Amino acid sequence: MEILFALAIGVLSGSGVWLVLRPRTFQVIIGLALLSYAVNLFIFGMGRLVVDKAPILADPAATDPALYADPVPQALVLTAIVIGFATTALLLVVLLAARGLTGTDHVDGREPP
Amino acid sequence: MMSPWLQHLPVVPIVAPLIAAAVILFFAERSRAVRVAIAGASMLAQFAAALVLLALTTDLFPDVWRQGVGVYAIGAWQAPFGIVLVVDRLTGLMLILTSVVGLAAFFNSLAYWDRVGPHFHTLFQLLLMGVNGAFLTGDLFNLFVFFEVLLAASYGLLLHGSSTQRVKIGLHYIVVNLVGSLLFLIGVSLIYGVTGSLNIADLPAQAAALRGKERALFDAATSILGVAFLIKAGVWPLNFWLVGTYAAASAPVAAAFAVLTKVGVYVLIRLGSLNQGADVLASIEGSAMLRPDLFGGGMFYLGVLTMGFGIFGMLAAQQLARLVGYSVIVSSGLMLTVLGLNIPALMAPALFYLVGSVLATAAFFMLSGMTERVWRSPAPPAAAAAPTAEPVVPEHYVPFGVRRAPVLPAQDDEVGVAIPATMAFLGIMFAFCVLLVTGSPPLSGFIAKFALLSAAIEAAQGAPWATAVWTLVAVTLATGLASLIALTRIGMRLFWSATGRNTPRLRVLEAGPVAVLVLLCIGLTVAAGPVMEFLDAAAASLREPQVYIETVLGGRVAP
Repeated sequence: MEILFALAIGVLSGSGVWLVLRPRTFQVIIGLALLSYAVNLFIFGMGRLVVDKAPILADPAATDPALYADPVPQALVLTAIVIGFATTALLLVVLLAARGLTGTDHVDGREPP
Repeated sequence: MMSPWLQHLPVVPIVAPLIAAAVILFFAERSRAVRVAIAGASMLAQFAAALVLLALTTDLFPDVWRQGVGVYAIGAWQAPFGIVLVVDRLTGLMLILTSVVGLAAFFNSLAYWDRVGPHFHTLFQLLLMGVNGAFLTGDLFNLFVFFEVLLAASYGLLLHGSSTQRVKIGLHYIVVNLVGSLLFLIGVSLIYGVTGSLNIADLPAQAAALRGKERALFDAATSILGVAFLIKAGVWPLNFWLVGTYAAASAPVAAAFAVLTKVGVYVLIRLGSLNQGADVLASIEGSAMLRPDLFGGGMFYLGVLTMGFGIFGMLAAQQLARLVGYSVIVSSGLMLTVLGLNIPALMAPALFYLVGSVLATAAFFMLSGMTERVWRSPAPPAAAAAPTAEPVVPEHYVPFGVRRAPVLPAQDDEVGVAIPATMAFLGIMFAFCVLLVTGSPPLSGFIAKFALLSAAIEAAQGAPWATAVWTLVAVTLATGLASLIALTRIGMRLFWSATGRNTPRLRVLEAGPVAVLVLLCIGLTVAAGPVMEFLDAAAASLREPQVYIETVLGGRVAP
C-alpha cells in the first residue's frame, strides 16, 4: 500500500508541477488542483498509513495508541482541503475575470508574439 | 495578579476584526457610515489591545507576566497539545506596528478607495485578523491558517477597484502564493510526521531528540517551510511577484501590504530564535535556513542578493509606486542579511530599522497614490478628487451579473475638507519620506542604519567573519545611495517639471495619515533612546528563548 500511495502522490505532484508551469490559465488551475490533492494525500500519509483503525478512543481505558489511527493529520487535512477549495474557487473567478478583461487565456494577459 | 478580563486580552486582536468583519456584512453598502463606524471601532480596539499587550511585556508590569512572556490557551488545553497564543516583546512590537499602519491605511481609504468596490472594510478587517493571528500564534498549523486568512483577504484587497492591470497582476499573485501555501503545508505536515508536535516552542526539544534519517527529514521540512516564508518575505529570486503587486494595488491597500512581507521576516526571526538554544544548537545546525552559521548561512547570501536586486530595481524604476516596492524588497533583504549574520548585537538595531521602514514605506505608498492622482489624471481638479470615478470595466463584461454598488450620494464630500497648499504639502512629505527610506540624517532611518552599521563594525573587530560584516556595510550604504539617486530623479520629475499637472484638492482624511506616519517616524527619532532600550530587551529575550519555551510549555496557563 505504501508503494501505491507514494506513486499516487508522485504522479499527482509531477503532473501538477508540469501543468502549473504551462502558459494557459486553465492548465495552471488544474495543475494547482492536482498539487493540492498530492499535498493533502501527503499530509494524510504523515499520520502513518493504517487500515481499519478508529481515530477515536472508544474505550476510556485504552492505553495502546498503536491500536488507533492518528487523528491530528485527519483534522489538518480537512482544514487544508477547505482552505485549498476556497482559494482555488477564488482563483477561478480571477481567471474568468482576466479572460473577460484581456480577451486571452494566457497567464500574462497577452498572446506571446 | 491578573483581573479575570485582562487574561483574555491576547485574543482581542484576532477576535475584534473577525467580529467586525462579520457584522459589517449585515449592513448594506448604502449605510456606509455604520460600516465605517464598526470598522473604526474594531481598529481602535485592536490599537488599544496592542498597546496594553505591549505594556504588559515591558518591565512596567513585572507581576502580570513572568519576564514579559504571556501565554493564552485557547480552549484551556495544556500547551503541547492545545493551541496557544503567545505574546512576547517582539509580538507586542509587531502588533502595535500592524495596528498603527492599519489605522493609517483605514483613514486613508475613507477619502476615496473604500467606495470603488464592495466589501472593502470586511476584507481589510480580515487582513488585519490574519496578520495579528500570524504574529500571536504559537502553533505551526495555526500559523498556516492565519497566513491563509491574510492571503485570502489580500487577494480580495488587491483586486479591489478592479481594473485590467489589477486582475492580471492578481492572477500572478494568487498563483505564486497558492504554490507557497502548498510548500508551507508540506513542511508543516513533514514536521508533524517526524516530531509528532506542531507547537513552535516544543519543536527544539523534539528536534534535538531526532537522529539519522529522521533528522534529515526534519531538516528537509524546515528548509521547505523556509522557502514558503522566503516567498512571503520577498526574497530574491522568489520576489518577482512583489513589485508589480504593490504598484498595482490601490494606495491604502499597498500601505497595509507593507506589513505583509514583514510577517515572513517575523516568522524567520521567531523560528530562528527558538531553535538556537544552546543545548539544541548542535543538533539543528544542519538546517541552514533556520539556523544560519556565522558566514555559512544561506540566508546571508540570499539577503545580500535581494538587496542587490533591490538596488538595480530602484535605479530602473520609472514609477514612484514601483520604486517604493523595490525599497520594500531592500528592507526585507537587509533584515535577512542581519539574520544570516547572526550577530546578537545587531538584532535590536535591525528591529528598529524594521519598524521605521514599515512606517516609512506605508506613508510612501499612500503618498504615491496621491501624487499619481495629481499628475496622471487629465480631469479637472474637482472631478479628480470627487469619489465618483468608476473602476475601469469594459461594457461587455459584467462579472457574473453582479451589480456594482451604486455611486454614493454627494453628502460624503463632507468628510473631506480640502487642505490648502497641496503642492507644498506633497513636496514636504515627499522629502521626509525620501529621508526616511534612504536612511539619510537626521530622521529615524539614519539612526537605524547608523546603529546597525556601528554595531556590525564593532562586532567585526578581529573576527574571522569580518568580510561578511564589511559586505553588509557596503551593500547597506549602496542601497542608501541608489535609493537617493532614484528618488531624487523621480522627485525632480514629479515636482519640478510642470507639464500637464493639475493641483487637486487633497482631503485631510487622505493626507492626514501620511503626515501622522511621518510624525511618528520623527517621534521615533526623538525618542530613539527609550525605543532602543525596549528593543534591546526584545532582542535579549530572542537570544535566550528558554524563557519563552518554559513559559509556553511549563504551565502558568490562563484558563
